[in-house]
Amino acid sequence: MFLEVTKQLCIGFGMTLKLFSLTLLFSLPLGLIISFGSMSKFKPLKWFTKVFVWIIRGTPLMLQLIVIYFGPGLIGAWAQGQIANGSTGAFINFMATFKVFDRFAAVLIAFVINYACYFSEIYRGGIESIPVGQYEAGQVLGMTKSQIFFKVVLLQVIKRIVPPMSNEIITLVKDTSLARIIAVYEIIWSAQVFIKQAGLLWPLFYTGAFYLAFSGLLTILFGYIEKKMDYFRS
Amino acid sequence: MAELEIKNLHKKFGKTKVLKGIDFSLEKGEVVSIIGSSGSGKTTLLRCINFLEIADEGEIKVDGNTIFKSGENITSKKMQEMQLLFGMVFQNFNLFPQYTVLENIMLAPKLHAKQKYKNDFKMKKEAVENIRQQALTLLERVGLTDKKDNYPCQLSGGQQQRVAIARALALNPKILCFDEPTSALDPELTGEVLNVIRGLKNSDTTMIVVTHEMEFAKEVSDKIIFMADGIIAEEGTPSQLMDNPKTERLINFLQK
Repeated sequence: MFLEVTKQLCIGFGMTLKLFSLTLLFSLPLGLIISFGSMSKFKPLKWFTKVFVWIIRGTPLMLQLIVIYFGPGLIGAWAQGQIANGSTGAFINFMATFKVFDRFAAVLIAFVINYACYFSEIYRGGIESIPVGQYEAGQVLGMTKSQIFFKVVLLQVIKRIVPPMSNEIITLVKDTSLARIIAVYEIIWSAQVFIKQAGLLWPLFYTGAFYLAFSGLLTILFGYIEKKMDYFRS
Repeated sequence: MAELEIKNLHKKFGKTKVLKGIDFSLEKGEVVSIIGSSGSGKTTLLRCINFLEIADEGEIKVDGNTIFKSGENITSKKMQEMQLLFGMVFQNFNLFPQYTVLENIMLAPKLHAKQKYKNDFKMKKEAVENIRQQALTLLERVGLTDKKDNYPCQLSGGQQQRVAIARALALNPKILCFDEPTSALDPELTGEVLNVIRGLKNSDTTMIVVTHEMEFAKEVSDKIIFMADGIIAEEGTPSQLMDNPKTERLINFLQK
């Protein structure tokens, strides 16, 4: 039985890891773009970004998951109802094509947007904490803006944001369990199957070991990265 | 012909007028010190000359050519060219912490060489080798050859400032500017930095030094400018200013 449970949980954890790594892959660069938006000198873009980040950070991830999963389907159904009542137009026809997302795609989109917003604030904090003297030193040496960002500032920002990033990324490991809300077969769901089918509760507790092992691994990895950058102080 | 000519420079921040019409000129190899109490506009003047601030009004000429005139549009390429005419040494050194001493000096020249030679790998390699040799020569000049592979955080303030001077020199600026180069240093470390500046004077480097070190200004300068309230209140040779100050303000300033 133990082996059977382990096998099922491994399959579930595979999905957890897939969600985790794809979320990071997309949200890390997207967060940087959002952070540039929130630091933009173009006011409308700045405020739009700030309001967006406020909405995403200010509502539960679980709610965002549900909205993204069911939202398009609801819009599609509403538009089809309007057409049935005699409405016409390209836009309403377009909206009528909206369907419920694929479960995994919905979860991924919600996670990427949510985490990109949190990351964007970490990036912003990191970028704004670099002393203006570093930019000025690059400037008087005739460096271009992008040279200053990539050759002077970026590594210093990375050094500063590793601790808060590791915090956020470890939170992500555990947040993936929210995917079960819309029935994505991740590790918690796979453990709950045993409750329903065999009346076994312990597989659910056993999932904790998977999370612990993985976040332990990440902790070691981030500790290593921090140590790697110990050679300079900024 | 004057190497540097500043004409009628004005700068304000919001409603505060910081520079109210500055005129002065500098011959090749001359050293000018700018003195004055804090808030007199001396650092702003230096920042306008280095284009860290853009003056609202006025003109800057180098070797007779107008390189800056207020109201004219400045492209980023022009900006880069303008900035490369001047070197700047900051009060807080502003070394790049993630690079070694040698890398700090070589970074900007290397980037410029890359821009210039783009895909010509042979030329690029040759240029980088020259840059390296020049950087090592500069390090020898500031007496830090043995520190070339150290990181800035491993150096004392005085050593960091000497690296910053070498870094500025690596781009062969026409005019080297210092913004209170010893103000962030412990008293026992100022000497080594001032010695480097003395050495530069002997090799005919044109320099503008904003400083609070009166004795040093007197010794090293060909000309001293005393600023007060955004204008040049008095200027002249060190002995004229220090020994026979004319304005009341300078008399008061020197007594402090």
